[in-house]
Amino acid sequence: MLETIDLRKVYSTGDEAVSGVSTTVEGNEIVAMIGPSGAGKSTFIRCINRLTEPTEGEVRLDGEDLTALADDEMKAARRNIGMVFQEYNLVERLTVMENVLSGRLGYVSNWAALRRNFPPEDVERAYDILETVGLADMENKRADELSGGQRQRVGIARAVVQEPTILLADEPTSSLDPDSSHAVMELLTAIAEERNIPIIINIHEVPLAVEYADRILGLHDGELVFDGPTDDLDKNAKDVIYRGEAIAASTADRDTTSQSGGTDDTERVVDTPSLTGD
Amino acid sequence: MATQDGASEVTTGNGDWQRPTAFRSQRLKWGVYGGATLFVLWSIVSLLSGVTLPRVLIGVQNGVLLVESMVPPDTSSANLERVSRYMVETIAMAFVATFTGVLISVPVAVGAAENLAPKPLYYLNRGIISITRSIDELIIAIIAVKAVGVGPLAGIIAISYLTIGFFSKLFAEDIEDIDMGAKSAIEASGASRFQTFVYAVIPQVAPRFIGLTVYRWDINIRSSTIIGIVGAGGIGTLLMRSFDRYEYDFAGTILVAIIVVVLAGELFSAYVRRRVQ
Amino acid sequence: MAVEPGRNWQRYDTRDRIKRLAIAVLAAATVLSSWLWLDLDLQYVASSPPELLDLAVRMYPPEWAYAPDIVMPLIETIHIAVVGTILAVVLSIPVAFLAARNTTPNRVTYAVGKLIVTVSRSVHTIIWAMLFVVMFGPGAFAGMVAIGVRSIGFVGKLLGEEIEEIAFDQVEAIDATGASTFQVLLYGVIPQIKPALVGISVYRWDINVRGATILGVVGAGGIGVQLFDAVDAFQWSTVALILIAILGIVLLSETVSARARAMVR
Repeated sequence: MLETIDLRKVYSTGDEAVSGVSTTVEGNEIVAMIGPSGAGKSTFIRCINRLTEPTEGEVRLDGEDLTALADDEMKAARRNIGMVFQEYNLVERLTVMENVLSGRLGYVSNWAALRRNFPPEDVERAYDILETVGLADMENKRADELSGGQRQRVGIARAVVQEPTILLADEPTSSLDPDSSHAVMELLTAIAEERNIPIIINIHEVPLAVEYADRILGLHDGELVFDGPTDDLDKNAKDVIYRGEAIAASTADRDTTSQSGGTDDTERVVDTPSLTGD
Repeated sequence: MATQDGASEVTTGNGDWQRPTAFRSQRLKWGVYGGATLFVLWSIVSLLSGVTLPRVLIGVQNGVLLVESMVPPDTSSANLERVSRYMVETIAMAFVATFTGVLISVPVAVGAAENLAPKPLYYLNRGIISITRSIDELIIAIIAVKAVGVGPLAGIIAISYLTIGFFSKLFAEDIEDIDMGAKSAIEASGASRFQTFVYAVIPQVAPRFIGLTVYRWDINIRSSTIIGIVGAGGIGTLLMRSFDRYEYDFAGTILVAIIVVVLAGELFSAYVRRRVQ
Repeated sequence: MAVEPGRNWQRYDTRDRIKRLAIAVLAAATVLSSWLWLDLDLQYVASSPPELLDLAVRMYPPEWAYAPDIVMPLIETIHIAVVGTILAVVLSIPVAFLAARNTTPNRVTYAVGKLIVTVSRSVHTIIWAMLFVVMFGPGAFAGMVAIGVRSIGFVGKLLGEEIEEIAFDQVEAIDATGASTFQVLLYGVIPQIKPALVGISVYRWDINVRGATILGVVGAGGIGVQLFDAVDAFQWSTVALILIAILGIVLLSETVSARARAMVR
């Protein structure tokens, strides 16, 4: 179970990318996080495994507060959090297998890592996952020989081989064509069900989110403005997420007054999205 | 983990995986690595045998003494005057040698461009380039000193010689990169061979020609600063003499002068090349 | 390009023409005045081709009987290049990290890195060799150190540029799996710079084989010692043999280097 409590991130430039987000993700639910560019979706995801250091608040994974961990403890904790990136972030010059096995690095010694000597069960697991993601027999190809869709599947395999208790996906479809996007979303939902883990997916395309997610988180200007089942995402809710305000948008659009308050009201005034969020 | 030849074999299903290799087989890979390692070990052992730690320490100590005797550099006006006179000679050598070197290089380059030269000529000129690039200019300088005597002429011969290998090779590559379509178009309009060369080849390579010339001039400045060590003119003559006489403070002056001139040449050449391209 | 009325066409307008002409005249004047300054009498210059030709004639045939005597010096030349290159690569890795904008700790370290690179590159191998012969005495050891010190700048510069090109997101992805710092270096950073490191090292080794052939002129070992002895003694047929031998090892190292670089992508 992942729980964030008043998670807040202010960049050194003074931009507040995430302002006090509290939510809970558990079971094997597919949670899609939507919102305009710069709303802080990426920052939120990256604060969970502390690739970006949160400014305030807590991130609790199965009860443990990740924000309180020292660096080496955090490294150990990251083994339980799989992450899929927008630009795949494969190490281009390594083979598919090396990229997948790098998901097991947290469990092997430096010496074994140097010799590429992973335990047989890790290798076995890697082969299984490559089969699952549809890349059987591709293990000795170099990552830079693959297409975008294939690369993303290697990225997913790398995250899954960690045997994580939660999967984070940061815009996993943004660099892909529509067909590959659907394939990736289907793969992610299948993994969540099969492994019984929750997934948080940052996603740009609302139709994709609606099609695959059980639940939607709507982020606007760093604040959680919608949190509910996919079915509740009506036109009004979308306006709140993407325009900031459903009814009084025209009058207060440019006002930059900072705001406080809950996460579910529609009575808010918003400024243009900050640039640092994504 | 079992060793296994034939890296591309797929071994699905038994938890066995080996990193593929660029070699034909794992055995060949380890053979090459092993051979290389042995040679390197041989190199290290043969070079470092007889080199003891005390000797290295004494060497370092000597180095400190050497630097101490170079600092502060000799700034007596008589010596500064000598340095500047020899430095002008050095730069003049670089200019003349660049000119003669480039002059000789142009036909070699045209002959070594695969798209313009007939095959036998191509191989001949490629051969010339390979040979000139392999023998260091200092060797040529020593031989030239024996042939034409001590002085800048020997230096100019040596530097021109090295310019040929470098300039012809790069310039030939530039000529090979030209757009042959434009050349055919000019030919199709009924232009003569010479006209085609002037209208289709020269405009395409002229900026690179200037850039390469200036770049080579910059390298030639470096060469002409040291070529005097074997008596072929320029500031190197003074440097060698000061070392032979243990006048290390004067050597310090010369070294500073060399570094300044070399860096100035590099800046100038970078500036010109930016302007041209 | 200015379009003039009356349909006159010129490749360059007047101002451009004057500028181009001035530059050409300046360049020609520089070369000419250099020539005059050097006081190179034309007759003297004209006599040099026959003299060089005369030397070439005296070099033939090469003194093949001397061949066994130069095998060890040739190998020593390669040894110098090998160990010198290793020394340079080992020393230049930290220099490269200092001289790369994305890994250097601060401005001062960046400046230090750049300074090391510049000084190493602007002093010729032979001058380094003169200095190290004074320090360590004549012999291959001084030559090896000279080759090494001279190469630091070259390797450090190119490697530093490669480090600046590293894709940080790839490093971050490995970090996100919970890998240790060393493992992140191993899987995220090294694969990205390895081809460059191998390529640059092998390429520099190849250049260093060439460089090591002349160290003998200041007594720093290698085949140059034999060559310069032979030249001093006017044994031109021996000189010819040694030149052929040098050509051989240089072409050999060039081939090895080209093949090795082609294999590492």
